[in-house]
Amino acid sequence: MNIVDTYSLTRHFGQIVAVNNLSISVQEGEIFGLIGPNGAGKTTTIKMLTTLLPPSSGKAIIAGFDIHRNAAQVRKIIGYVPQLISADSTLTGYENLQVFAKLYDLPRQEREKRVRDALHFMGLEEVADKLVRHYSGGMIRRLEIAQSMLHRPRLLFLDEPTVGLDPAARRVVWEHIVNLRDKFGTTIFLTTHLMDEADELCTRVAIMHLGQVAAIGSPQELKKAIGNGQEVTLDDVFIHYTGNEIDNGGNFRDISRTRRVARRLG
Amino acid sequence: MNVLKLWLKTVYSFFYKTAVITGLEARKLRHDPTEIFTRAVQPALWLLVFGQVFTRVRAIPSGNLPYIDFMTPGILAQSVLFIAIFYGIAIIWERDLGIVHKFLVSPTPRAALVLGKALSAGLRGLAQGIIIILLALILRVHLNFHPLALIGVALAVIIGSALFSTFSLIIACIVKTRERFMGIGQVLTMPLFFASNAIYPISIMPSWLQIISHLNPLTYEVDLLRRLMLVGGASTYGIGIDLAVLFGVTGVMVVIGAVMYPKVVV
Repeated sequence: MNIVDTYSLTRHFGQIVAVNNLSISVQEGEIFGLIGPNGAGKTTTIKMLTTLLPPSSGKAIIAGFDIHRNAAQVRKIIGYVPQLISADSTLTGYENLQVFAKLYDLPRQEREKRVRDALHFMGLEEVADKLVRHYSGGMIRRLEIAQSMLHRPRLLFLDEPTVGLDPAARRVVWEHIVNLRDKFGTTIFLTTHLMDEADELCTRVAIMHLGQVAAIGSPQELKKAIGNGQEVTLDDVFIHYTGNEIDNGGNFRDISRTRRVARRLG
Repeated sequence: MNVLKLWLKTVYSFFYKTAVITGLEARKLRHDPTEIFTRAVQPALWLLVFGQVFTRVRAIPSGNLPYIDFMTPGILAQSVLFIAIFYGIAIIWERDLGIVHKFLVSPTPRAALVLGKALSAGLRGLAQGIIIILLALILRVHLNFHPLALIGVALAVIIGSALFSTFSLIIACIVKTRERFMGIGQVLTMPLFFASNAIYPISIMPSWLQIISHLNPLTYEVDLLRRLMLVGGASTYGIGIDLAVLFGVTGVMVVIGAVMYPKVVV
């Protein structure tokens, strides 16, 4: 069953077309990766699907609800970890979770248990009562994922979940993402520009370039399609479809944001 | 019957979530209360220096009140204004981090997010009010300690903070960067302060300024505080008009704020 269907989803910013006629489907239980260079339209796509940004044209249906017309219902079904830091550094980890447990209408009796479970699941029990300001980058990301999972969303959006993390911390975050899917059956929709991350995690990926899908399929299929029998990596696939322009995208604002996040996580 | 039940549930949920947001901000203040004290420096200077000097020169007609008594409610209103008008900086900060995104994706009514923040500004205003009242005691201002009057002062401070902080939120959603916001904040504060009855009566103003002052909500805030805070304090417009203006403008601000707030992430 499809949990996400987009139909010619399009978003303009003035003259710029950030997302252009995007039509994709994501099946329930998948780990779906939207990959592409900076400025390819990944974040804009996620912002539309999470109801933050109305589409200019086209539509998207999440679990039967239109993202624009039934935004309130969509919000109950999804979880979201933005690319930027969304945990509040001036609160403790426990408080960060409690607030969202309340905003997502978890019944009082269950709240405490869910929060404790989430802390345990993400390996954050020992630092639960420390201010998030004192957390490491990997701990912050895990807290944010815990936060977005409290209400057991059917669909979880992760925008660049490991940006700014060192290889060891990335691996821990990957394990947690896979565990989430295995334990709760959560569908994961993530964006990344790290090809090893996409290769390791995703059951299916869509390569996005200039606001459009250039190729879609499992990492194996995509590699096979351009390999001609030779051994190729997802990097090669990426370059094949995006035309060797890995570092050409992204404006000043994107770059400065990414760096700021990286610095804060570092 | 079911319609009524649903309606009650919606209303309850709205105020519950508003309280969650306010509680969240209160916790932040508890983790780091230093700003309450640093913010108290400016009103202290106004009372101790400006107030003392002008009480001595008797340059400003203050009716049957000593000048220092006359200006104390004005300075309280001013410090409420100054704290609240820069509240938007926190909104922009939270947007730059990604905290706003996460709140907007949760099933929380936008108006509850805005009202919750507005009331939390009220808490900061109250903390400020307590410090100013203590200073006023040292300066032998004739304060009215009737319990009802004190409750009224607290209410006036909360509503004033809510009004100007929501105004600030709306500006933040329009300008979106800290630099532009700081510029506008500086431009707004002094005219709002001087075009009001905070430190001199409106009757001594030129007529064009009188008109502006009557359009300035701060005037009604000061008028209300002057009536409630002081022994022998009188209201020019009457408590009813003052409250109607303050609540009315705040209501309008919250509605506009609820529309504008989601646009901050676009």
